[in-house]
Amino acid sequence: MSEHQALSNKKLFTLPTLILAVISFIAVVILAKRFIYGLGAVTNLNDGYPWGIWVVYDVVVGTGLACGGYAMALVVYIANKGKYHPLVRPALLASLFGYTLGGISAFIDMGRYWNFYNMFLPSQMNLNSVMLEVGLCVTAYCIVLFIEFAPVFFERFKMHGLREKLDKVLFIFIAIGVLLPTMHQSSLGSLLIAMGYKVDILWQSSYLMPLFAILTALAMGFSIVIFEASMVTVGFKRHSETHLLKGLGKVIQTLLAVFLILRFGDLIMRDALSSAFSGTFKANMFLLESLLFIVPLVILSSSKQRNKGSRLFIAGFSMLFAGALYRFNAFLIGWTPNATDTVVYFPSSQELLVSIGIIAMEILAYILFVKMLPVLPKEEHA
Amino acid sequence: MDRRKFLKMASTGAVIATSSVSGTVQARGNLPISDQAVGMLFDATRCIGCRACVVECKDINGMPPESASPDAPWDNAQDLSADTLNIIKAHKDENSDDFSFIKRNCMHCVDAGCVSVCPVSAMIKDPVTGIVSHDPDACIGCRYCVAACPYNIPKYEYDEALGQIQKCQLCNQKGVERIDNNQLPGCAEVCPTGANIYGTREELLAEAKRRLALKPGDRYDYKLNSMDSSHYQEGTVAEYQPRVYGEFEGGGTQVLLLAGTSFETLGMPDLPEKSYASVSETVQHSIYGGFAAPAAVLGGLLFLARRNIKAEKNNAEQAKKDKEEKDS
Repeated sequence: MSEHQALSNKKLFTLPTLILAVISFIAVVILAKRFIYGLGAVTNLNDGYPWGIWVVYDVVVGTGLACGGYAMALVVYIANKGKYHPLVRPALLASLFGYTLGGISAFIDMGRYWNFYNMFLPSQMNLNSVMLEVGLCVTAYCIVLFIEFAPVFFERFKMHGLREKLDKVLFIFIAIGVLLPTMHQSSLGSLLIAMGYKVDILWQSSYLMPLFAILTALAMGFSIVIFEASMVTVGFKRHSETHLLKGLGKVIQTLLAVFLILRFGDLIMRDALSSAFSGTFKANMFLLESLLFIVPLVILSSSKQRNKGSRLFIAGFSMLFAGALYRFNAFLIGWTPNATDTVVYFPSSQELLVSIGIIAMEILAYILFVKMLPVLPKEEHA
Repeated sequence: MDRRKFLKMASTGAVIATSSVSGTVQARGNLPISDQAVGMLFDATRCIGCRACVVECKDINGMPPESASPDAPWDNAQDLSADTLNIIKAHKDENSDDFSFIKRNCMHCVDAGCVSVCPVSAMIKDPVTGIVSHDPDACIGCRYCVAACPYNIPKYEYDEALGQIQKCQLCNQKGVERIDNNQLPGCAEVCPTGANIYGTREELLAEAKRRLALKPGDRYDYKLNSMDSSHYQEGTVAEYQPRVYGEFEGGGTQVLLLAGTSFETLGMPDLPEKSYASVSETVQHSIYGGFAAPAAVLGGLLFLARRNIKAEKNNAEQAKKDKEEKDS
């Protein structure tokens, strides 16, 4: 009955999974140190830079990379393109891990994590705060993702009664599951508005920040689906899904075109574009970011290129780096505590190892899940 | 089919429209100033850099000295930190080679960024005095206040397992409450030259403007400690920068600054009159005001998701039936 199946290769202990487990374990050890001795014991956070890579990579970029489930739900259930259905479950699974670990990272980074429940107390909520909106929405979305993924468990453990009950109301969670990322992904951009001049003029787009954030989040969401599907095809030696992925390439192309027109229009209107050629590190990072956005636009604008799996992969890969760098630039590289300050931030090795460990956990969990649960689409000629 | 297409377009449109800001939404202006807002006036031309205010601040707030080395155990703090809520810094004027001191502490913004961004209302602006204080029991430690403060005032204690945010609360926090008990903030009480005086913002702004109107070289009776004080010290009027820093910056501040060298040299940011908090809140409330836009979008999404899933299920069942018929 199901159109999905677990991988036939069920061996859980392989060299890759063992390596991933070791990297994950190192992160756990460092995190123990963080909770015993404080954030300063393992991070390079300082009085100038309150947010390091745990916020910027693990939460801001990480949830952007976890927008695959959001993007696919939008295409399949809202725009009614049923042919993309096989891509939904794997995308949903990656989103589930990306968001859950993003939420956990935010908690780890909280300086007073034991008070986190205050976010859920109406008497403490500050409705003016973008952070409140992000916190509540991300938490709610993690729960929604679990519910959206629940049919996979029901199918695996043959809980047909529950499955049928959930199926009747699943549309509600799918709708909420599209609304929530639209809200908090745009708000991730809005977070920067209140920081004013601390965000370099190349990235401080003020009123346009939420729009830029949601456009790049969607483009990253479609790109990660291309990336994951390509990796699964190669890594697990399965059939190529290029015939489906090329359609996503077309969507990315449109999103990118709209984004770049608005982005450069905004820079020109604010008279900021000239500083892109000042030769400074920030300016060069802006140029690199722009190049990474333009590469997929060029590739995807040609239908001939779009039909080639390898080109699609390059375009998606470049788009992922572009979206990640855009966020890194706005939150860290182009961010200064103030114009005259000499404070610098570069992540410590332990900070980096935690972020790398979290990526390892995501990949490890993904591999284990697709081996044990019916996530990937059934191979017709397997 | 047409209706569905229309609804699809309408809901997509709503998402886009609410993600950006339509001009018709009413913008939130800067917050108004309380009549009884209190603050301080720092006149850099009067400061002799004795750091008495730094010592007194540490004393009252129970902050340890930040020493350079164990051999030099005295306080040698270089900048504001979670252990130094008030500091005197020297800056060299590039044009004249003269040094000028600047006192850095919380500016107690009229439209405070830290208060606007705090998700759990741990940063509080007193509706009467306008003092910006902090509640560590509410704080989750996200440090958005640190990132959003244009003056880099709130500091988190990274070196502690259970660290907290520290900032100047004008010596009126729980357990100190000097303003409530008719005492002065420590730094204003000990300043020997009247470089830093306490008062209501209104009085302080008027005093600052009086000083700006003076002729350089004239003699003037500089008030000591507070605007209410009868003590004063006579001094020679220096050449002022023609601007009261904090009158308009970022929506205005309750700590005001006067200086003889440019505020930029003194490390003060050049802020627009419109507070960043007001821009941020305008965007946020345009999207989420009354939760109308998200509710409308959700309505559209629910309709489409339900319809499309139903259609999908019917198709699947039809396909199954067809297959069964074919097989039999």
